Amino acid sequence: MSVDSACQAAGGPSPPGRLELADQTFHIGHLQILDENGALVAGSAGRAPELSPDQLIRLYRGMVLARAVDDRLLKLQRQGRIGTFAPATGQEAVSCAGVIAMRPSDWFVGSFRELGGRLLRGEPIEQAFLYYNGHEEGNTFAGGERTLPVAVIIACQMLHAVGLAYAMKLKREDAAVVCFFGDGATSEGDFHEAMNFAAVWQAPVVFVCANNQWAISLPREKQTRSRTLAQKAIAYEMPGLQVDGNDALAVYQATHEALERARSGGGPTFIEAVTYRLRMHTTADDPKRYRTDEEVKAWERRDPIPRLRKHLAARGVWNDEMQVNLDEEIRKEIEDAVKKFEEAADFKPDAPFDHVFGVRHPRIEEQRADFLANLSREPRHE
Amino acid sequence: MSKLNMVQAINLALHEEMARDGSVVCLGQDIGVDGGVFRVTEGLLDKFGAERVIDTPLAESGILGSAIGMAIAGLRPVAEMQFSGFSYLMLGQLEGNAARYRARSQGRFTCPLVVRMPYGGGVRALEHHSESHEATFAHVPGVKVVIPSAPGNARALLAAAIRDPDPVVFMEPKRSYRAFREEVSEEPELMEIGKAQVVQEGGDLTVISWGAMMRPALQAVAEVQEQRGASIELIDLLTISPMDGETIAASVKKTGRCVIVQEAPFSLGPASEIIATINDKALLHLEAPVKRVTGYDITVPYFSREDMYLPSPGRVRRAIEETLDF
Repeated sequence: MSVDSACQAAGGPSPPGRLELADQTFHIGHLQILDENGALVAGSAGRAPELSPDQLIRLYRGMVLARAVDDRLLKLQRQGRIGTFAPATGQEAVSCAGVIAMRPSDWFVGSFRELGGRLLRGEPIEQAFLYYNGHEEGNTFAGGERTLPVAVIIACQMLHAVGLAYAMKLKREDAAVVCFFGDGATSEGDFHEAMNFAAVWQAPVVFVCANNQWAISLPREKQTRSRTLAQKAIAYEMPGLQVDGNDALAVYQATHEALERARSGGGPTFIEAVTYRLRMHTTADDPKRYRTDEEVKAWERRDPIPRLRKHLAARGVWNDEMQVNLDEEIRKEIEDAVKKFEEAADFKPDAPFDHVFGVRHPRIEEQRADFLANLSREPRHE
Repeated sequence: MSKLNMVQAINLALHEEMARDGSVVCLGQDIGVDGGVFRVTEGLLDKFGAERVIDTPLAESGILGSAIGMAIAGLRPVAEMQFSGFSYLMLGQLEGNAARYRARSQGRFTCPLVVRMPYGGGVRALEHHSESHEATFAHVPGVKVVIPSAPGNARALLAAAIRDPDPVVFMEPKRSYRAFREEVSEEPELMEIGKAQVVQEGGDLTVISWGAMMRPALQAVAEVQEQRGASIELIDLLTISPMDGETIAASVKKTGRCVIVQEAPFSLGPASEIIATINDKALLHLEAPVKRVTGYDITVPYFSREDMYLPSPGRVRRAIEETLDF
């Protein structure tokens, strides 16, 4: 999976330390394994992942669950039972396949559109409901020891991923980091600092960019002049490639190969997963202001979920009865989570005062006392 | 016992902490081979190797952002900003992440890291090398801001900052780096973060200062005591945030008069917060309005006018006299 960044050296000897490069000649690999009907793309057989039926079903189930939770979150939001959230419908393959390629000992560093991946890491669904209903308690489990909470500031988490990867290398741990972010992130300074630090340090980190074509209202072509996002890796001497982000097997395979390289000392990789946000940026956004229904419809035909289902059916590991059972199982799981979420005990109102510092300080404790005194006079705080 | 200046004392603390705890790493621009532009990290690379003493690319946000990841993974990073004037480029990571991981995850993920930076004027440097903007950091919940004033407390507070479970911005008054020496004990020393220190007790007036301003404050106090026989209490704030309101209030209740000396601009700095604290806890004990001697609400002038900008012993002395005579 080399970049094939054929920046050809021009002929003739160069002075020491100086390398003449042909102007902007490079090649960015593009990996696709499944076509839109779930059939293997010609010539991709050699790259098809070695996933067991159980793993394939786990991946598929994760994507179906993510879509169903998105649907439910949207309803809860419209009913005023949770706050703003960022749907991931249409791009579930990116975080779900990324997580299937990871080990529990690898670090998951995401932004805010990877709920599917988070659930696969083990985050209980009710935690997501709590998070989107404004409770820090929704971040306390967050899918296990090595899953960082949602990062809202664009690209900021990429540097945390690099630091985590540096620590894994320093501690000689057989672990790597997978970091998710979007196309808008590639314009941020922190993106470039993270790419540069990761390459200089040869840190074991895989950057997975979900290029969903829109950063709220800004289309991909106004985000950067670059023809691909993946080519940005070339400047950092880092392998970079594009994958079909709606092809779960391609995302899996690219992430898997990048993780193998990272764990064996080969440094970072940049993966541009080309996908599409079928819904709004967040529930506070109206995409009709900036894009056409035709564009959305065209991408609906490339939906990653039916594509994978058709592939599994063709391989004989999935059938209609299994689908009916899965839908019912997921429906119950979500109902159960909604119940748990709505029955969640009243949380300690002054919990935020517990988590300012690890050691309590009188100045914060005085303010806690004032906060509680005010609450006791206005118990419902309305 | 040996006499060390502040650069040597901080260097000693870094050596001691890196030797004590293998998870302590240092990172920053020119801190390794070069030993830092002020030589604060000299010798660390040779002793602890390039994996733990990291010469980073030139990017402040990158330094702090990656330090955050290291801290979450269980390391204890000590990041250096070459000058505080360049540290604004990492403020997004400090406020947005280092300060928040604990609250965001209800204590599940924490950022035990230190951001060291030389700050303040008085060394006749170029633009962006003379500011005192501790208030910028102090206004961020979840961040501690510590400013030593002398070799001994610099060493003890830095060791405490490295062992602290939360992010600490450790601002080093560069004017004091080599200004004087102090006896420093053979054994490692720790001081509690979040506590001010009563440097000298007195009954007539309280002077509160920190960092490089402790020197002009001390000189003014000595002069007034000698000339008028007044008994002056001197407090070294040491931790800007979280502020030690108890020590401030106890002193002002006793003396009834207070002068604050801060290098930072006049408005909205720690001096303002100290006055508000006195208002909350000791107002009815006051015999005179609290006075502050500070920089001005202007961009720090280039060094030809720097001495006119910085609080001088004379300005402090006049403020003390006016407050005593009120």
